[in-house]
Amino acid sequence: MTERYDVVIVGAGPAGIAAADAALARGARVAWIDAQANGGGQVWRKDSEHGWPRRAQSIIARVLRHSSMTWMPQTEVIAAERDELLLQNTHNARRVAYNALILATGARELLLPFPGWTLPGVTGAGALQALAKQGWPLAGRRVVIAGAGPLLWAAAATAQRHGARVLGIYEQAGAKAVHDFARTLWRWPGKAVQAAVLRTQLADVPYRYGCAVRRAMGDDALQTIEVDGPHGVERIECDQLAVGYGLIPNTELAHMLGCALKLEGAHPYVAVDAMQRSSIANVYAAGELCGIGGRDTAWLEGRIAGLAATGATIDASLQRQHRHARAFATALRTHFALDPRIRNLATPDTLICRCEDVSLQTLNNYTDARSAKLATRCGMGACQGRVCGAALAELGRFARSGHRPPLFPARLATLGDLPTPSEHQGFIA
Amino acid sequence: MNTALIRIEIDGQALDVPNGISVAAAIARAQRPFRRSVSGQVRAPFCGMGICFECRVRIDGIAQQRACMATVREGMQVMTDD
Ligand SMILES: Cc1cc2nc3c(=O)[nH]c(=O)nc-3n(C[C@H](O)[C@H](O)[C@H](O)COP(=O)(O)OP(=O)(O)OC[C@H]3O[C@@H](n4cnc5c(N)ncnc54)[C@H](O)[C@@H]3O)c2cc1C
Ligand code: FES
Repeated sequence: MTERYDVVIVGAGPAGIAAADAALARGARVAWIDAQANGGGQVWRKDSEHGWPRRAQSIIARVLRHSSMTWMPQTEVIAAERDELLLQNTHNARRVAYNALILATGARELLLPFPGWTLPGVTGAGALQALAKQGWPLAGRRVVIAGAGPLLWAAAATAQRHGARVLGIYEQAGAKAVHDFARTLWRWPGKAVQAAVLRTQLADVPYRYGCAVRRAMGDDALQTIEVDGPHGVERIECDQLAVGYGLIPNTELAHMLGCALKLEGAHPYVAVDAMQRSSIANVYAAGELCGIGGRDTAWLEGRIAGLAATGATIDASLQRQHRHARAFATALRTHFALDPRIRNLATPDTLICRCEDVSLQTLNNYTDARSAKLATRCGMGACQGRVCGAALAELGRFARSGHRPPLFPARLATLGDLPTPSEHQGFIA
Repeated sequence: MNTALIRIEIDGQALDVPNGISVAAAIARAQRPFRRSVSGQVRAPFCGMGICFECRVRIDGIAQQRACMATVREGMQVMTDD
């Protein structure tokens, strides 16, 4: 049976929370879906030890308490048809129909291959932050954080808060780029304060510029890394390496729905107008999937989408705040642009597809994702190309092609619930 | 916050863990392996957010569950590397 809602929101990060809050205040019946157990998204992920940040907690509680709200945690969107989504959790499948759909599926980390990146103990930078908040044991562990952008600081602070010994933060951007970025921060006072707080918290942690982790070594777990920096190669013994090269939008669902996408560098994002409308009439998008913009942008876009999806007008000051927040994203992108050597860290035998263990050299004879997939199984594993597809696109190889249902591996019972093309003229056919 | 401990079993071994942590965190606390790749390499959580599928294990009889997306529950049975 299909349940029907005025507004269905996918994603419970800042964008989804703001959208839910706005839509509920407008009197809409809302269904709110997230793959995680708790609301908060990536930046306000509930910490099993420390809880939510205070501001997030009160808003999430308010939204969840609302009588017109149906919250569906640990639930993933598996497929989309016209005005309807097929959902799955660990045990059940269900369908929801909507008058308006707000996509707030956020971003994931850009994870790029280098020798040793498959060793246990190597994670993304935001990944380590996420794992720590979920109770991953870090007390006394020697942790190195590396990659690009301010997320490294946030990850280091979280690791430290959970008892890790953070040995250093290794930023790939050069000193000048980072200092230029710091000098633009006065335009976003909230960000400047955030940066200052992190800086104080991490006063004891060395911060190095112009560095790249070029190799991770160990037998069955990480033992040593090699960092290539302005003063040569440094070997560091550590238990945990967290490397993230920034974020990329989660556009899979939007793509499957048929929303028009644009490219930011090698990665797609959802094209929206000033009301956060996608190219599909009743589908809105807000937050990181419309281009990496950070928490404040996500929040403002979520609010705009929640209002627009319920027929409200958007006042000029909200639009102005939004443009200002988006400008921060541009500053980030410019100053933390990837050094080309990061794209050349993988050697011929470095595995690119971690699911099917396909090396870089195996992919040399292919120029498109489909033929490579058919011949080598690259991108055919459980992650469905989410990691290797983005990495290959960033490395200047072929980009990942198309998205077909199911969006996540699904049980047969769930798939059995999909209509056949003849009984439904939706997108599945 | 959640100081209450609950009991789960990982590969048949009982383990007391804080309520509210992820199954991935519980496996790491028990110092158990996660899975082997198709060519036999040892793998462990990589993305921490449900994207990479490196953390998958069997939970209460259901195979291929992402340990980073699941929360521990009293009496939960986790089988790794199978
Ligand atoms: C790992 C990580 C850590 C980060 N840490 C910080 C930080 O410390 N500080 C900071 O300022 N910024 C951080 N960011 C940046 C962050 O992305 C944004 O600032 C903010 O979280 C964006 O909000 P959002 O609502 O657009 O998306 P998100 O917060 O990413 O929320 C998207 C939500 O959608 C859900 N979702 C996605 N697809 C589906 C689907 N198909 N079905 C069901 N649910 C789905 C996800 O589970 C997620 O909860 C981090 C980003 C990442 C990826
Ligand atoms: S660690 Fe990537 S899916 Fe769990």
